[in-house]
Amino acid sequence: MSAFLTYLLNGLAVGCAIALIASGLVVIHRVTGVVNFAQGTFAVVAGLCVSSLLGLGLPHGVSELAAVAVAALAGLLAGVAAVGRRGTTPLSSLIVTLGVGVLAYAVEIVLWGDQPRSAPGLAGSLSLAGARIQTQHLLVIAVTAATFALLALFFGRTYLGKALTACASNPYAARVVGIDVRRMGLLAFALGGLLGGLAGVLVTPLRPISFDTDVTLIVNGFAAAVFGALTRPVVTLVGALLLGVAETMAAGYGYGSHQLEVALGLMIVVMIVQASRRSALSQEVT
Amino acid sequence: MLTVTGLSRSFGGVYAVRDVSLSVADGEVCGVIGPNGAGKSTLFNLITGHLTADRGEISFGGRRVERLAPHRRARLGMSIVFQAARVFHGMTVRENVMVGMHGRTRAGFVAAALRLPRHRSDEREIAAEAEHAIDRVGLAEWADRPADRLPIGQQRALQLARALCARPRLLLLDEPASGLRAEERERLAALVEELRAGGLTILLVEHDVAFVTRLADRVTVLDLGQVIADGPPAEVRADPLVRAAYLGQAS
Repeated sequence: MSAFLTYLLNGLAVGCAIALIASGLVVIHRVTGVVNFAQGTFAVVAGLCVSSLLGLGLPHGVSELAAVAVAALAGLLAGVAAVGRRGTTPLSSLIVTLGVGVLAYAVEIVLWGDQPRSAPGLAGSLSLAGARIQTQHLLVIAVTAATFALLALFFGRTYLGKALTACASNPYAARVVGIDVRRMGLLAFALGGLLGGLAGVLVTPLRPISFDTDVTLIVNGFAAAVFGALTRPVVTLVGALLLGVAETMAAGYGYGSHQLEVALGLMIVVMIVQASRRSALSQEVT
Repeated sequence: MLTVTGLSRSFGGVYAVRDVSLSVADGEVCGVIGPNGAGKSTLFNLITGHLTADRGEISFGGRRVERLAPHRRARLGMSIVFQAARVFHGMTVRENVMVGMHGRTRAGFVAAALRLPRHRSDEREIAAEAEHAIDRVGLAEWADRPADRLPIGQQRALQLARALCARPRLLLLDEPASGLRAEERERLAALVEELRAGGLTILLVEHDVAFVTRLADRVTVLDLGQVIADGPPAEVRADPLVRAAYLGQAS
C-alpha cells in the first residue's frame, strides 16, 4: 500500500512537470492556432542553463529565474520565426517550430556538449502516511498548482485573456477590433517559453537533461495537451496527472522501459475518441 | 474624414478596382453601390487594410493610412461590420462585445494576470459600456448566450455593438442588409439613422439600392471597378449610366 502511495505521489509530480510543458503548448495553440513542437526545447534550454549557472557558482533562485528568462527569450525567438511574418498559416508555422527544434539541437551541442547534465534541487524527502516523497517533487506540484490557477484565471476571467483567445478564434475579426494579432502571438510564444522553462528548471534536478530530452518531454506534453483539445488548461492538467501517474505505475511495477509507449498509446486513444466525437458533431450540423 | 484618391488594385492583371476616388465628410452617411462584381468588396477591403492597394492614397482624419495594418487603422477609429459573421467562437455575446474595446484599455499583461486595481476598474468600465451597446442593438436577452449560435441577423447586430464600443470616428458597413428579414432590415435602418443623428460618420457598402438611397446623404456608384456616378441619391438614381449598369442596357 505504501509503495502504491509512493508511486501515486511521485506520479502526480511527474504529471505536474508534464502539465507545465503541456500548458505552454495550450497557451501558444490557443492564441496562434499553432502546435509548437519546439516546446520541449524551451525546457531543455532552461535545464541546461540552470546546470551551467549553478556550476558557475550562482546562488539558487537567481540561477533558476535567469534560466526561465532565457527560455522565455527562446520562446520569443521561436515565435518570431514561426509567426513573425504576417499571413503565415498555422500549418507552416508548425513546420517552422520543428525546424527551430532541430536548429536548437545544434546550438545546444555546441554550447553544452551532448552529455546529460543535472542540477541540484531541493534536497531531502518527506514522509507522508508511510510514503516517501522528495521535497523537489513537492516543489514541482506547488509551482504547477500556482501556475495553472493563474492561467485559468487569466484566460477565463480577464479581458486580456479573452482578447488573446480571440486571436485564434477569428484572427480577421481580432484585427478589426484593433488587436495586434502578431504581437499577441509573440506574447503567447514568450509565455510558452516561460512555462517550458519553468518545467525544465523543475525537472532537471529529478532527472538529467540532455539536448534530445525534448522528444520525451514533447510527446508527454502533447499527449496531455491533446487530452484538453489543445485549448483547455484545466482538462490538460487532468490529462497530464493521469499520464504521470500511469507512467510512474508502469515503471514502478516493472515496465520501466515502456514509459513513452504509455504516453503514445494514451495519446492515440484520445485522438481517436476526439476525432470520432467531432465527426459525429459535424454530421449533426449538416 | 476619409479621402480615397486614385485607388487601384488588380488580381492577375484584371482590375477589381481602378482609379477610384471618393470622400466622406464628417458626419456624413456615404453609400457605395454597384452591381455584383463591381469591386465594392475589394474597395471595402482596401479601405480597411485587409488588402493593399497597387496604387493610390487613402487618408483618414488627415493621416495617410494606405500602408497601415488593419489593427492600426482600427485603432485610429475605423470600426467595421462585415457581411460574413465575424464573431469570436466560444465566447458569449457580452464577451464578444467587450473584446471590441481592446484598443482602449490601458492595463497591460501583468496587471491583467494579477488582477490589479487598475485592470479591475478598466473591466468594470468596459462591462458597463458593453451592456449599453448590447441594449442599443437589441441583443439584451441574448447577452449571455454563445455568440456563434445566434442567427445571422443577430450576429451582425453583435458586430455592430462591438464596433460601436470602439467609439469609432468612422463606421464601415459591408452589405449590412444582406440576408436580413424585413423587420431586421427596418431595425438596422432605424439604428443607422439614429447614429447619423448622433453625428457618426458612416460608409455603407451595399448591394441593395433602395436601402442605401434611403439612408445615404451621398452615393457613389461603382461598375467594373470604376466610379460611374457620384452625388445625392435622387440624382444618382436618375443617371442613365447607373440605370444601364444595373439593368444591363447598353445606352
